[in-house]
Amino acid sequence: MSRKQLFAIRVRTPIDAGFRMSLIRLPEPDQGVISRRDVIIKDLEKLVGVEMIISDEDGRRAYETDALTAYTRMPLAVALPKTTEDVATILRYCRDNGVKVIARGAGTSLCGGALPAEDALVVSVSKMNRVLEIDYANRTARVEAGITNLAISGAVSKDGFFYAPDPSSQLACTLAGNLAMNSGGAHCLKYGVTTNNVLGLKMVLMTGEIVELGGGHLDSEGYDLLALTIGSEGQFGIVTEATVRILRAAEGARPMLLGFGSSEAAGRCVSAIIASGIIPVAMEFMDKPAIHVCESFAKAGYPLDVEALLIVEVEGSEAEITALLNRIAEIARPFKPETLLVSSGADQSAKIWKGRKAAFGAIGRISDYYCMDGTIPLGRLPEVLVAIARICGSHGLKVANIFHAGDGNLHPLILYDANDPDQAIKAEEAGAEILKLCVEVGGCLTGEHGVGIEKRDLMGVQFTEIDLALQMRIKTVFDPTWMLNPAKVFPLSAPRPQAA
Amino acid sequence: MSDTLKPATDWELAGMIATYRDRRTPIEICGSGTKRAIGRPTQTAAAISTQSLRGITLYEPTELVMSARAGTPLSQVEAELAARGQMLAFEPIDLGPTTGNTAGQQTIGAVFAANLSGARRISAGAARDHLLGMRGVNGLAEEFKSGGRVMKNVTGYDVARGLCGSWGTLAVMTEVTFKVLPWPEDTATLVYTGLTDELATELMQSALGTPFEVSGTAHLSAGLARRLRHDGLRGLDTPLTALRLENFPHAVAYRREALREQLKASGFVKVVELDAHDSASFWNEMRQLSVLPAGRTHLWKISTTPGKGPKLVAAVRRHMEAEALYDWSGGLVWLEVPETADAGAADIRRAVATHGGHATLIRAEASVRAAVDVFHPLSPAVERLARGMKSAFDPYGILNPGRMYSGL
Ligand SMILES: Cc1cc2nc3c(=O)[nH]c(=O)nc-3n(C[C@H](O)[C@H](O)[C@H](O)COP(=O)(O)OP(=O)(O)OC[C@H]3O[C@@H](n4cnc5c(N)ncnc54)[C@H](O)[C@@H]3O)c2cc1C
Repeated sequence: MSRKQLFAIRVRTPIDAGFRMSLIRLPEPDQGVISRRDVIIKDLEKLVGVEMIISDEDGRRAYETDALTAYTRMPLAVALPKTTEDVATILRYCRDNGVKVIARGAGTSLCGGALPAEDALVVSVSKMNRVLEIDYANRTARVEAGITNLAISGAVSKDGFFYAPDPSSQLACTLAGNLAMNSGGAHCLKYGVTTNNVLGLKMVLMTGEIVELGGGHLDSEGYDLLALTIGSEGQFGIVTEATVRILRAAEGARPMLLGFGSSEAAGRCVSAIIASGIIPVAMEFMDKPAIHVCESFAKAGYPLDVEALLIVEVEGSEAEITALLNRIAEIARPFKPETLLVSSGADQSAKIWKGRKAAFGAIGRISDYYCMDGTIPLGRLPEVLVAIARICGSHGLKVANIFHAGDGNLHPLILYDANDPDQAIKAEEAGAEILKLCVEVGGCLTGEHGVGIEKRDLMGVQFTEIDLALQMRIKTVFDPTWMLNPAKVFPLSAPRPQAA
Repeated sequence: MSDTLKPATDWELAGMIATYRDRRTPIEICGSGTKRAIGRPTQTAAAISTQSLRGITLYEPTELVMSARAGTPLSQVEAELAARGQMLAFEPIDLGPTTGNTAGQQTIGAVFAANLSGARRISAGAARDHLLGMRGVNGLAEEFKSGGRVMKNVTGYDVARGLCGSWGTLAVMTEVTFKVLPWPEDTATLVYTGLTDELATELMQSALGTPFEVSGTAHLSAGLARRLRHDGLRGLDTPLTALRLENFPHAVAYRREALREQLKASGFVKVVELDAHDSASFWNEMRQLSVLPAGRTHLWKISTTPGKGPKLVAAVRRHMEAEALYDWSGGLVWLEVPETADAGAADIRRAVATHGGHATLIRAEASVRAAVDVFHPLSPAVERLARGMKSAFDPYGILNPGRMYSGL
């Protein structure tokens, strides 16, 4: 999948969708800061060099949104630092001059986590993308945070190693963004998500102070600030470096396709596989609409006549793989699979995964979509899928489902027409209903994409005021004056704690 | 310390904490109390134990998830899991025996509050990696929750994981929800004999660099090996380096051979094999630190970059006698040193400063624990953040104050 395809998600129109799809409120920008814009840019250019600051309109436009493209805001300016010290200089200046800061990696956030603001400086670490050290003996790599997710594996794959978390956006998204969102991916069922694969990081606080959390060793002395920072959505500091765990790849891996006559049968099969004591590396689910789009894109050999498809991948030696796949086929039998197809080899395996990983992009080529990310207890899958179809139907919208089945992380893609203001609003309403349902059945609003602006106002569905106030006090510990990515994660109406 | 209060509900606990909050009076927070002698000695008016907050509240084997109230004995949790062929993959270590308590007493809440993980930490992750959610009460007597019962959840900050390793200084956890995994159907252990610490580390690292998913690595000096209860291994009277394989029987059979062959190519040849039964008893000894029994010595837990383990130990040995048990392919060193006024803290921390990582004093008399930093000193920036965390959770400093660090 090329970078271009990844972003061919939605055709943009001349009308600014940001003002049409207006369910999510964004704060009024600080006119005082905007009126000082020229001075601020001059100062920053003097401090870190002209080449690191983007201030012209065309240049800034490339940063006006992330992958939640319905919302756009022109940033005050964009900084592209090259070192941790540059970041420290920039943050210190911004703190002293009351300029808010929005950290950015590649801008693939699906929840508006990297959405800029007119009165804020975007600081993108995308130019900080070097591998600093690879240590095979200790199975770690130290990298700059702007490196893309795939480039980490790319740097070690020749020696048979890989970095495990594999978001579908891995070609473009940065480790910095992964750390901020605690991103997951198809293979997280076995290997865990970002937080389970990071040993340490270096972060610049709004004061310009550089802190190191963790490092080459396991577990932290004192409080686990590393665990707390991963998933903090760019609200604690700007991460510039990280030490990640790299793993020796299995001898081989092979996916198998299991097609079912109903989503319910597929869901029960997933539970049965787990109950048997097998934890496949990945177990991905697609419903019929998703299968059709992905097959026409990837020609992976997905069956077109089934209602639900599972991609189940196992790892090991040839003999181990065969034994495991046979066992899974046996477990699947009572659920009457209509298709049972083991990948014929590396070529087909690549296509099978290409189809899955390009799913969002492929669907984006036929329709605008709004991607949900709730997680549910697996046992509730059949009823939730029925309810999702009902919710979307009642808003006159279609839905395609594609998700990480092993861990119950759903991705209903609500299809709508971004040129129809009415549909856009309906898509958001349907999305909110789906997420509320996920919480009601015992799950959560977001499994891997984060809260950002998108789910900010739904936080009260999952958390009490006390829960939220506690989290907001933690934010205040790291960023006492709320200068970093301020209008995200927490409802705007929630009272902000005073700095201690 | 006079009274031990045992609330039976979150609500009752919140009421008790509110009383101490209003009086600004410190209280000790504990589970069954087996780790009371770990940490800096504290001055508290009373203790609150989670022991009456007991019971498994949710278990869905097909969703790999369990919830238990914090005071539930770990043994009960593990028995319940074993009955369904499942386990806590992080293999929580039991510090009971090594700190003069009986084995098997600790509560599940304390396992997470102290973030205790065993040999499988290198492949399966730490206790904190398995924690999915929690409920608890903070120092303001507020009941709160974080995370949930699903495998993937990035809604809001990861407060639950942030509480792992906070030793009751931020909040009292009342219920924990965690990920569980199937027991492997078969286990085998390759035990290499006669290796120096350096060679053993190299062996353990090489083994982890193979595709065979080694799930435990440990190295014992000859002196420690002689303390094993396992007759066969004790009788070998030589340093032992153990590599564990877990999987389906056919895979274990294949991997055992493949791993041996691969290590042979690197010159590692002297090996004995343990079957599933003997493996279980050996790794159980590791889990209980059976070779480091309570006694007239001090015990440190040092976490460092695996390759640095032997160098760090050698640096300490220039100043004192020391027995080292290596886990986590050399990255975890349990260091037993002779009793001294500072438990060797100055020299040990200097060695850690040179090689990286952190050292915690696990076993020493109260007078020693009052005199030295029990937990590893924090950098100024991190210490400031830690103090901020304390005031976000417990602004009046009433929960286990000073247990980890002075003022926290
Ligand atoms: C087609 C497609 C497929 C996707 N598939 C997946 C998937 O399978 N799994 C998954 O988890 N996600 C997925 N995503 C979502 C997205 O790719 C992830 O959230 C990713 O981690 C974002 O990385 P980024 O570099 O683009 O970050 P950005 O979008 O630039 O930023 C994301 C967040 O990180 C913060 N941030 C960025 N840099 C820093 C820094 N240096 N320090 C502190 N905070 C920082 C930002 O402020 C923002 O809050 C997908 C997105 C798309 C478009």
